[in-house]
Amino acid sequence: MITRKRLATGVCTLLAALAAGMAVPAGAVADETTAQDAPKVDLVLDVSGSMRARDIDGGSRMAAAKQAFNEVLDATPEEVQLGIRTLGANYPGNDQKTGCKDTAQLYPVGPLDRTEAKTAVATLQPTGWTPIGPALLKAADDLDGGNGSRRIVLISDGEDTCAPLDPCEVAREIAAKGIGLTIDTLGLVPNAKLSKQLSCIAEATGGTYTSVQHKEQLSDKVNQLVDRTADKVVTPVAVDGTGQCTSAPTLKSGLYTDREEFGQHRFYRVDVAPGQELRASVSVSDDRQVNPDYGVTLRAITVHGREIVRGEATGSGRTDVMSTGLRYPKAKSDEEDAPAETVCLQVANSFSPAAGVKTTPGFPLELTVDVVDGPDQAGDVASFGLGRGWWLLGALVLTGFLAGVLWGWISRWRFAVWRTN
Amino acid sequence: MRIGKMLTAAALLLGASVTPAVADSSPSASPSGDSAAPTSAGTSFRTATEIEQGQQATASASTGDYLYWSFPADAGQRPTVKATVKLPSTSRSGAQSWQLDVYDGLRRRQACQYGTQTRTAAQGASSVDLACTLRTVRAWSEPWADDPLPGTYYVRLTAVGLGAADLGLPVNTELRVDSKEIGGSAAVDGSLAQPLVPGIATTSQEETSSESDAAVLSSLKPDDGWTSGWWSDRWVWTAIGGILAALAGIGGYALTRGSGRPSRVPQGY
Repeated sequence: MITRKRLATGVCTLLAALAAGMAVPAGAVADETTAQDAPKVDLVLDVSGSMRARDIDGGSRMAAAKQAFNEVLDATPEEVQLGIRTLGANYPGNDQKTGCKDTAQLYPVGPLDRTEAKTAVATLQPTGWTPIGPALLKAADDLDGGNGSRRIVLISDGEDTCAPLDPCEVAREIAAKGIGLTIDTLGLVPNAKLSKQLSCIAEATGGTYTSVQHKEQLSDKVNQLVDRTADKVVTPVAVDGTGQCTSAPTLKSGLYTDREEFGQHRFYRVDVAPGQELRASVSVSDDRQVNPDYGVTLRAITVHGREIVRGEATGSGRTDVMSTGLRYPKAKSDEEDAPAETVCLQVANSFSPAAGVKTTPGFPLELTVDVVDGPDQAGDVASFGLGRGWWLLGALVLTGFLAGVLWGWISRWRFAVWRTN
Repeated sequence: MRIGKMLTAAALLLGASVTPAVADSSPSASPSGDSAAPTSAGTSFRTATEIEQGQQATASASTGDYLYWSFPADAGQRPTVKATVKLPSTSRSGAQSWQLDVYDGLRRRQACQYGTQTRTAAQGASSVDLACTLRTVRAWSEPWADDPLPGTYYVRLTAVGLGAADLGLPVNTELRVDSKEIGGSAAVDGSLAQPLVPGIATTSQEETSSESDAAVLSSLKPDDGWTSGWWSDRWVWTAIGGILAALAGIGGYALTRGSGRPSRVPQGY
């Protein structure tokens, strides 16, 4: 069954690709050459027994989800590769071990055949357990490959029933493995516990959590998320900072990502030629429960360890990210071929883990480096040293008047001297 | 008598030339109608939705989301960010605190001079209003200062205090950035070679290789481009000062000479 479906999808893909190749004008093809692959979305739908409950606008949760999926499939942008995965769709029994492995790919991630996807969704019947963690792991595998943005949209109506695997930690590990993968979660008529779990999953990957009470809300939100995936964003480049400046990787202008654990230092090196300005900013996301007060420091230091400039940020309370930045204009040199200076960037954080929180993998860290032409020294506080205001006018008038009087007296005196001679 | 006339004339001249500068300081409320206002918000610095000053951006989101927008601000402007959060009518379990943060192009948090950045909505409140007026954007500052500089600014709007039961509820948000032109009093010497726009080093390289369609961190520009930074009304003040000084000099000179020719000049001279 599944192989046949795959074959059919493959053929459809091929046809779609051919059609696209013929129909799409040259301008759009140029898009593809910019080295960014198609964005991918995997919709993960909970088909556990509890989806039978009839509490969304008078219909069952399953019916609401099916209707929303139909609308989303119709509205999916052309360039997005969309897949559907179910959890708890096949095993109706009571054995937790089997029930917690019950996740299946309903529609593979790839160019979308709307009819086929809709038919697949229509067959779903609320059945089994709620293995959120394993489903997320599998969904991450579905999205594997490519450098486009990737998104998992998890729709669930009950918390994970497959302890001890904490889906929140699973989400964090998934995010740590790949770049640019976000998990957005939607809770159908959730209770406080489900809200907490789903928002924890979302925050672990920089995603969003929405609690759904009505049908339109569900399709609107999923549509919004799918559209968001299609937005063009810069994908950061993975880099591995080190604990010392001497062994640190050398970075050029660009956007980078790395991981930093609690209390760890990360070093990077940037070459700045005389007459250039280094701009660096760093964001450390707290993707887990941390104690209320925290901070992030970014220091630019010379290879000899002298601090040039630093950026600091401290904060308190609920946040997604702490960020700071710095600017280092290197003065122009009189020499012709003055060598570029190696500047070490040190990133430090002062987050502390809340009780019982795992400390690995480290926090996601985003580093922006820009080396631009600069610097422009200011010679005065005011623009070109010009003046402004009534005091300036008063002073100038007074000086002018005094100078005039003085000049007048001098010329009178000269006249008198000339006349007497 | 003559000096009095001269001073009146000078004052009139001065008044005429300074008036345009005063008119400058009215808020620049002209909405740029060239593009539709955005109806969504980003979820991180990287994905922040770009808005222009004077545009009314809206976004529907969920309580607990971190919403990001970015806007350009140029030297001499003093931006004010105003946000309204419309809370759902369904009953909430308790009070909610919302917060508005503004970051500059280096992602440094910028202080607000005026405005309520954080406000707590009571359980029954239907909306929260937040505002933040930044310091005046300067053309240049020392690297060790965190003065606002021309470039991209990020706005983050989020709920900072809420109960777990209130997570994920739908909210509607509105955001608008307007700025006041401060003019010459904020004109400092020096200027940045490039505005503080993230990714500008890579963008300017790509422009030469004509790959304009690639994703960029920030593509924002003010309506009329970034100012070159050499003009300010200080030129007018200084020039008027020079003219007045010259007039005062002539006046002072005339005072010592009396009116016209000396009265006791003998015939024949």
